[in-house]
Amino acid sequence: MEKHTLIALMEDKPGVLNRVSNLFRRRNYNIRSLSVGHSETQDISRMTVVVDGDNRVVEQVVKQLSKLINVTDVLDVTDKPAVIRELALVKVKAGAGKRSEIIELAQVFRGRIVDVGPDSMTVEITGAEDRVNSLVSLLRPYGIEELARTGRVAMVRSGNGSNGTYD
Amino acid sequence: MKLTGAQAVWESLVREGVDTAFGISGGAVIHLYHALPDYPIHHVLMRHEQGAAHAADGYARATGKVGVCVATSGPGATNLVTGLANAQMDSSPVVAITGQVATSVIGTDAFQEVDIVGITQPITKHNYLVTDVADLAEVMKEAFYIARTGRPGPVLVDIAKDVQAAEFDFAYPDNVNLPGYFLPREDLSEPLARVAQMLAEAERPLIIAGHGVVLANAEDHLLELVEKANVPVITTLLGISTMPETHRLCLGMAGMHGEAYTNLALSEADLIISLGSRFDDRLTGKLDQFGNGARIVHVDIDPAEVDKNVTVDAAVIGDLQEVLPALTPLVEQREREAWLERIQEWRHDSATRDIVGHETDELVPQYVVRQIWEATRGEVIMVSDVGQNQMWEAQYFTHHRRRGLLSSGGLGTMGFALPAAIGAQMGRPDEQVWVTVGDGGFQMNIQELATVAQERLPIKIAVLNNGYLGMVRQWQQLFFEGRYSGTPLLGPDFAKVAEAYGIPGFTIREKGEVVSAIEQARSIDGPVLIDFVVEQEENVYPMVAPGAGVRDMIRRPHRAAD
Repeated sequence: MEKHTLIALMEDKPGVLNRVSNLFRRRNYNIRSLSVGHSETQDISRMTVVVDGDNRVVEQVVKQLSKLINVTDVLDVTDKPAVIRELALVKVKAGAGKRSEIIELAQVFRGRIVDVGPDSMTVEITGAEDRVNSLVSLLRPYGIEELARTGRVAMVRSGNGSNGTYD
Repeated sequence: MKLTGAQAVWESLVREGVDTAFGISGGAVIHLYHALPDYPIHHVLMRHEQGAAHAADGYARATGKVGVCVATSGPGATNLVTGLANAQMDSSPVVAITGQVATSVIGTDAFQEVDIVGITQPITKHNYLVTDVADLAEVMKEAFYIARTGRPGPVLVDIAKDVQAAEFDFAYPDNVNLPGYFLPREDLSEPLARVAQMLAEAERPLIIAGHGVVLANAEDHLLELVEKANVPVITTLLGISTMPETHRLCLGMAGMHGEAYTNLALSEADLIISLGSRFDDRLTGKLDQFGNGARIVHVDIDPAEVDKNVTVDAAVIGDLQEVLPALTPLVEQREREAWLERIQEWRHDSATRDIVGHETDELVPQYVVRQIWEATRGEVIMVSDVGQNQMWEAQYFTHHRRRGLLSSGGLGTMGFALPAAIGAQMGRPDEQVWVTVGDGGFQMNIQELATVAQERLPIKIAVLNNGYLGMVRQWQQLFFEGRYSGTPLLGPDFAKVAEAYGIPGFTIREKGEVVSAIEQARSIDGPVLIDFVVEQEENVYPMVAPGAGVRDMIRRPHRAAD
């Protein structure tokens, strides 16, 4: 099944997120990830949602989302050149002997160590989903105590539509 | 102007042109009812909130105006749910006003508290919880605007009790500010030219007229188009009455219980143009056999309907009130003799095989429906319930009047007919309103007889009483080994029940008594109930079996008397 990335703008009012998630459940659409926050406009939230489905299903998702009165705009960016990022915080077991290994791994992925405790440390990584996945799987053998991922956020690239990477 | 929230609600209704509301009082709407007598609104006290929602829905369908219902918090609000879902499925403009517990206790499981906004989200077009009286006027304005514009639908406004009591400076806004609400405003010239072109190329075109034609008040425009282009029309259940069924180009209802020729036309057409229908499974039958070999055009106000069930070759997104007058000048005048003759042959063949369903001395429900038509010549508003009675009504009553049939289509809500008829009669007091209802559906909202009596509404109720939940029994007979599980139904003496409410009631068991009973009912100036005790195991034919294509119909068996 294809994964589609949608961006939806919506009024920042109580219950709007519920309306959106309710719609996905009711229409039997499968959400892979969902992330919401403020947009550039006051009182408008921006949601990035990753859904499973072929083009026909996703077209329906877009139309049904657009019908929600609090949703002001919906865009399928799957086939558009876009910057797509995810942030993860990984708390990994790290006794004194393992710390330098983990720090090195984090550096390879341009991650940062954001917390260090006696037996564990927390790595922050930002990047495309694949990169986050790679680091997480490399850290797994050390013992992951906690994992928090934000899900995808996306923004269409401006200019000539180049799909080049800048990171 | 200083008003309480409660006064502001009624004031808003008056400004929206509302003169009738259907509801039941309760603790969380006591302020609302306290303010009501000061406003020129006739409140119809229903006996169950489901009835209130259906009555508002029936009112909307009969008049084209927004229907209004009122209920208290908790159970009052949850009782509205079926009626709202019904209005949502059939795109009926309804505004429901519910009381909510006071703002200070929302979320504490207070007495009669329920999250009705959460509950009704998937079954309303939109809904609101008002916790600040300053928002009330704007919300009321938006609720009506959303309910009646675009693809109409129900909107629920839940108002906390303290908001109803609070005083504020009321100013009703002139406009709405809804940045996320879109009405179709596309330039239609290109898609319409394409449709006209497809129509010019088609040898065997067919139009499906759905409820959207009614909702857009576009019946005149439809007639103009089909007469110019000479295109035959089939209707959905809710599209019945978009075109006179006596018209040479109107074939009547197609689909699961459509006459055989309508479904033959559907499967032989090379161009199918749907106007305001959503290709429901009851119309299409098995989807992968639907419209094979035909190009399909979908005209709808709701873009989300396009390519939902059937993938189409062209789509026009717009209001039929605008689309049809723009399309008609583009289409050419055509004769289409061969195609129309072919349909006429099927029709003739069907007429002998299928239409005749009542050549028997037994009292069969089809005969009752036909006699109501004979007696009234169709000059009434029919309100049918759900199930066999609904299909017989659709088949044996020849509808020729606009908004002449009100029925629960999408949700298939048994119990709809009686309360919906109350709404229809309130909205159209000069019309004779008839109800056809089975003994099963009638018992689901039988309490509304009290409302009929209290309002002295001259509704004529024909109970087609076969002692079964008949449509399910039919399926059990045909597809489930004849095992009548959960379908035999004991009913009361309906005539006596009616009498107990002060409504004249008759029981008819003989075919020979039907005509005079109907005449008598018509001559009585007030409500009447006739309990027609009909053949118990009569089936609705023809029938496209569930999951079958529309071509594979089970035809009517020949009767001995044929």
